[in-house]
Amino acid sequence: THTYPLTHTRRTRYYINPYCITLSLCELRHSASLANKVFIQRDYSEGTTCKFQTKFPSELESRIERTLFEDTVKTLNNYYAEAEKIGGQSYLEGCLACATAYLIFLCMETRYEKVLKKIAKYIQEQNEKIYAPRGLLITDPIERGMRVIEISIYEDRGSSGSSSGSSSVSGSTAR
Amino acid sequence: MKNCEYQQIDPQALSVTPLSAQNLGEKKAQSPRRKWEVFPGKNRFFCDGRLILSRQSGILPLTMGLIVVTCGLFFAFDCPFLVKHLTIFIPVIGGVLFVFVAISLLRTSFTDPGILPRATPDEAADIERQIDTSGSSTYRPPPRTKEILINQQVVKLKYCFTCKMFRPPRTSHCSLCDNCVERFDHHCPWVGNCVGKRNYRFFYSFIISLSFLTSFIFGCVITHITLLSQEGKSLVQAIEESPARYPLSLVICFFSIWSILGLSGFHTYLVASNLTTNEDIKGSWSSKRGAEESENPYTYNSIITNCCVTLCGPMPPSLIDRRGFLPPDEPIPAASASDIELPPFRAKNDANMCTQSTKDVLERVVHSSDFPVLCSPGTPKTTPQVLNVSSRAAPTSEPSPSVGCTQQQARQSAATACPPFSRSNKRDSLHSINPAFRLASPSPTLSHTTLILGDAPDTGFNPLH
Repeated sequence: THTYPLTHTRRTRYYINPYCITLSLCELRHSASLANKVFIQRDYSEGTTCKFQTKFPSELESRIERTLFEDTVKTLNNYYAEAEKIGGQSYLEGCLACATAYLIFLCMETRYEKVLKKIAKYIQEQNEKIYAPRGLLITDPIERGMRVIEISIYEDRGSSGSSSGSSSVSGSTAR
Repeated sequence: MKNCEYQQIDPQALSVTPLSAQNLGEKKAQSPRRKWEVFPGKNRFFCDGRLILSRQSGILPLTMGLIVVTCGLFFAFDCPFLVKHLTIFIPVIGGVLFVFVAISLLRTSFTDPGILPRATPDEAADIERQIDTSGSSTYRPPPRTKEILINQQVVKLKYCFTCKMFRPPRTSHCSLCDNCVERFDHHCPWVGNCVGKRNYRFFYSFIISLSFLTSFIFGCVITHITLLSQEGKSLVQAIEESPARYPLSLVICFFSIWSILGLSGFHTYLVASNLTTNEDIKGSWSSKRGAEESENPYTYNSIITNCCVTLCGPMPPSLIDRRGFLPPDEPIPAASASDIELPPFRAKNDANMCTQSTKDVLERVVHSSDFPVLCSPGTPKTTPQVLNVSSRAAPTSEPSPSVGCTQQQARQSAATACPPFSRSNKRDSLHSINPAFRLASPSPTLSHTTLILGDAPDTGFNPLH
């Protein structure tokens, strides 16, 4: 087994080490080589709230079904909307924080952080179940400053050195 | 204090570990370092990355000193008298206000304002590929903007050459901190930090509580003097006995009260209309030049909602993972990185080797000020990119935005000693250079409006041809 030092700390528990999420993904990294990366950009049509474009990138056409991809992005968007929702609970949190001179943030976890943990778990689960078997890996947007969803495309090392992304056969995938 | 000078991120090094180019050869055997130690912006970190401050923290000690001294004088001289004559609650209220002010100030100064981490090389290359128009390799297109629709309002997103990404809406690049900050309000030297999305509420509570505190102290001092004069002593004698006899303290008090009150009023207006100081100063959303009426697309058209959203909204997390550890050395990712083999990476990598020396040369040259370093004042944000000038004469296919003209510039200036551009042009470009080249910190001014340095060069961003 490979051991990597922790890249996350108490407050940043939701940052998952990108190099070894689970053993199967480790194996993926070591048996396959990084071929290409696709970046899903932010969708600003509704303002500055965090939302990602659901447009299906062409590089993934041969890799994954459109519906699966769109489901993932839509679920992520919903999670972020929930984190940034302005309503009764967030106002209460805000007023309480103000009343305590914002010291409460030092001991309490904000709602946003709680949702981020849920997102990290969801992405890990998606990677394990859906993306890793297809030779793909999603990087949590928080690690890219919430700007992009980075999807890494891997190719089996055994396959011939074809151009990135165009190969539709991946030896390590189990269909 | 760690050296956090900006260095071009070496993609090969990044896939292994984001150490500086010098440490590439080192085999890492010591304990893993935290990410704040290699943070590229101009920030200082304390308590092992828990606290962040701008490197140009300017007059934060002065701010703290003024508050402490004023309150100290108040508690020492006015409170004993007023407690005797009025009520015990005077120092209690004063104490509570003082604590609130102090905490708000510290929170504002030491909180990450919403800094956006710079784009990874992969991301930057992807963006470059998307916007690079086919054909021209020597003629660079004008600085990039992207237009999007927000709530049926056209908003232009600018490309940040330092951070190598399209800035999200309401984000601005602070030249003093060399960071893109979300919902950038302004860089406040009194607080020693940028004011942005994450610490705006702390800043607002700081100035509001400070207004209350200064008004309260002022009121108490006036009461004190009035009571003294009523007790038989004349007004002049009363003033002589109180700390108000020092004319300087009275002058400071007077001016600070009015400026703080004015600032509070201004920011209350901004909060109520969901604007930032940056947008207000630049007049982004007011009808200008008889053009079509552009409305603020972010407002909720209700004062209460705007206030609640800005001040009581959810607290976003810090996007720069300050205390995370750097990923360890991995031989396998390095091998896979070389499989990518995208030409831009290689060109950038080669150029990176020259950045260190070129940067030193350029810094020396700028201070000797007989050598033009920038292509035009319109591209100040390309300062780090400028350092990509390869000293080799061969033109690279590197997708750097200004490399075309800077290369010619460098070649010409390398060949001849006379600047192809006029002196005034050069002076403008030097003036708008990112403080990477400035050694002396700028003198802090009292006016907040002049601190929008992050965007002042933006006005020159439009194509300069």
